[in-house]
Amino acid sequence: MKEESLFESLLRRGVSRRDFMKFCTSMAATLALPTAFSAQIAEALEKKQKPYVVWLELSDCAGDSEAILRASRPTIGQLVLDVISLEYHETIMAPSGHSAEKSLQDVVKNHKGKYIAIVEGAIPLKDGGIYCTVGGRTALEIAKEVCGNAMATLAVGSCASFGGVAAAKPNPTQCVGVKEALPSATVVNLPGCPVNPENVTATVVHFLTFGALPALDKNHRPLFAYGKRIHDNCERRPHFDAGQFVKKWGDEGHRLGWCLYEVGCKGPQAYMNCPTIRYNEGTSWPVMAGHPCFACAMPQSWDALGPIYSRLPNVPGASYQATADKVGVAVVGAAAAGVAAHAIIRASTSKGKQEDK
Amino acid sequence: MRAVENALGITIPENARIIRNIISGIQYVQDHVIHFYHLHALDWVDVTGALKADPAKTAALAQTISDWPNSSPVYFKAVQGKVKALVESGQLGIFANGYWGHPAYKLPPEANLMAVAHYLEALEWQKEVIKMQAFLGAKNPHPQTFLVGGMAMPIDPNSQNAINAGSLALMLDLAKKAQDFVEKVYIPDLLAVASFYKDWASIGGGVPNYLSYGEFQQDTKSNTTNCWLPAGFIRNRDLSKVEPVDHKKVTEDVAYAWYKYSDDDKKGKHPWDGESTPNYTGPKPPYEFLDTSNKYSWVKAIRYDGLSTEVGPLSRMLVAYASGHKRVKEVVDMVLGKLGVGPAALFSTLGRTAARGIETLVTAEMLPVWINELAANMKKGDLKIHSGDKWDPSTWPAEAKGYGFHEAPRGALCHWVVIKDKKVANYQCVVPGGWNSAPRDAKGQRGPFEESLIGTPIADPKKPIEILRTIHSFDPCMACAIHIVDKEGNELIKVRAK
Repeated sequence: MKEESLFESLLRRGVSRRDFMKFCTSMAATLALPTAFSAQIAEALEKKQKPYVVWLELSDCAGDSEAILRASRPTIGQLVLDVISLEYHETIMAPSGHSAEKSLQDVVKNHKGKYIAIVEGAIPLKDGGIYCTVGGRTALEIAKEVCGNAMATLAVGSCASFGGVAAAKPNPTQCVGVKEALPSATVVNLPGCPVNPENVTATVVHFLTFGALPALDKNHRPLFAYGKRIHDNCERRPHFDAGQFVKKWGDEGHRLGWCLYEVGCKGPQAYMNCPTIRYNEGTSWPVMAGHPCFACAMPQSWDALGPIYSRLPNVPGASYQATADKVGVAVVGAAAAGVAAHAIIRASTSKGKQEDK
Repeated sequence: MRAVENALGITIPENARIIRNIISGIQYVQDHVIHFYHLHALDWVDVTGALKADPAKTAALAQTISDWPNSSPVYFKAVQGKVKALVESGQLGIFANGYWGHPAYKLPPEANLMAVAHYLEALEWQKEVIKMQAFLGAKNPHPQTFLVGGMAMPIDPNSQNAINAGSLALMLDLAKKAQDFVEKVYIPDLLAVASFYKDWASIGGGVPNYLSYGEFQQDTKSNTTNCWLPAGFIRNRDLSKVEPVDHKKVTEDVAYAWYKYSDDDKKGKHPWDGESTPNYTGPKPPYEFLDTSNKYSWVKAIRYDGLSTEVGPLSRMLVAYASGHKRVKEVVDMVLGKLGVGPAALFSTLGRTAARGIETLVTAEMLPVWINELAANMKKGDLKIHSGDKWDPSTWPAEAKGYGFHEAPRGALCHWVVIKDKKVANYQCVVPGGWNSAPRDAKGQRGPFEESLIGTPIADPKKPIEILRTIHSFDPCMACAIHIVDKEGNELIKVRAK
């Protein structure tokens, strides 16, 4: 039968036009677009068929799969029934084994170049890839086939994006992110530990709406979600500027929501939209819950940004405001100059003292 | 965290203890419900069978087992319409290629429709109730407020940046939602579905030893055994005796695992002396089969007192039941009574799935109790969330060793740490999935997954749904290879369950 458009499918499922427009408006908000764009999103979604999507789990912990179950715009139920046709996801699909592999092969064969691949987890390269095999095939082989034939690949979470915790020193299985393993693939990185599900759904809808991938930074991350520094959007920024810092867990400053910089917050070196969209439908995010950001969305954050509870160097109290800003400027400038931002962060971290003079 | 607290002799504050209990408690409740509806139900529930149901009869069925409000004929007709639309669209998505129509599906169409409706409701419910953990932990999954020595979520009734009366109200509201769904949807569904599959009360029992480290600490000592769900070891299904747990009895050998020990692969090591040097000897990928007469797994053979041992909700409920835990005993007896089976039925695939439901119910009942316990402690003026005496590594001894017990939703979890010169010299995590999916050991004892499959009847070797039922009943947290071998040892089919 003729494949119907997303909107037709929603209508058939009893979703009202009004609810549909509400969904489009919230999508516009996540994508940081003016609300007028909701009409454009609606128009686009009305025309499109449900896109075929496959979700691979490689060297992962299923944290990003868990995260997508918590999506709210749309919910996971709406997502898998109404927005996309999720053909393969080991954890939540009904079939197992050969039947499951058939679902995957059907998509790769029948919808070549037309489906979206979502990858969760890193790809281990050492010793021919033996450290992650599914059905006797290595993660690398599977990713080559699935991502190589996809219209585009979304690398969800820090492991698929940059190797994540699986690639932390000494990286015993030589794990890398999808883009590093498959340089020629079209990859959008959506790092975070876990990925924020609203950024996944927003990327999918962006693609359906505008017919193109969102603009990316040098680390292949969409600007709509990773374009701003956590430090610049942080709800505790006024306390940083005022020199009000948490010194000990549970002290008065901690109870009053002061800046977590001195107990190790990496917000000045992290780019992500946590402070604006938060996690679990706006419930919270690390800084709001009293814990430092550890820049989970930055490349090699485990190795490059120092111990979680160590203060970023060279920011001695309230007088260092200019210094922290300088760190940010250096990162932005580096990205514009085409140099990987994480390299500069590393450099500015280790050489900070001299730069500060 | 508990391993380091144990190594350094840290006693956490009362508030941190209670917050950790609440975080673990809602994790049990939410995780178990997801497991039942989204990772296990489709082994028992035929989605396409729901199309044949009469919505009015489904409503009548639902109303006889629960007073949950979503139970009208109109409601079930709408759910049926969704399933119909999905099937007709030709884009079946995650439901494509299931074993639909398999003769091992025994539910009448109305029960299938009711379960599908609750599958969808549970998807919505789980993302709501887990906000309790997201609030206390910053996000879910991967909460980020755990600290060695306590928690990072501050408490202050007079601050808008800390746990205050508003937070307590939020958590109590979510606890009520959690408890309502478990009492009025999950447990009635579990009993209704189980009543059609009582033959599974004698299939899939597996190894006869059960371990629980104990969880929901009732005092602030590190690795306390004073837990609301008690610690204990049950040997050879003997419910008349619960042995105390000794972490030193945990060993791992690598006779059949792809690692190499510096001395002898066949000799079990305690995790403080643990080694994890990879030694892959399997076939070069891509491959069809593994040679199980040699090393064949990335999982070490974890053993307790030398015995292959099951961990998880069944083990916890058995240990609690045999220890005389009042509420667990009441609910276990209620469930056994309703199904008309004796305690021996617990040692089975069905018993494992039922135990998870029983644990969910008793844990959900405790959530408001623990939230009120936190409120009572705040009322006393206790705002302490962290013991910081040992925060600075300069205060640490030159050498220290510790272990940290935890009962994760999937079962016994312990981390062992050796600290030397302010650094981690050895760290071993022995996780629930490792216990249950362990390979054979040097003595040839099979792991719990392996043992549980012995004797499982398979109606159609090409569609081995029976295998999925037993493996999924453990709530495996990893992809696992399942091989069905005929009498001649030829492999018939491979199934990967996740």
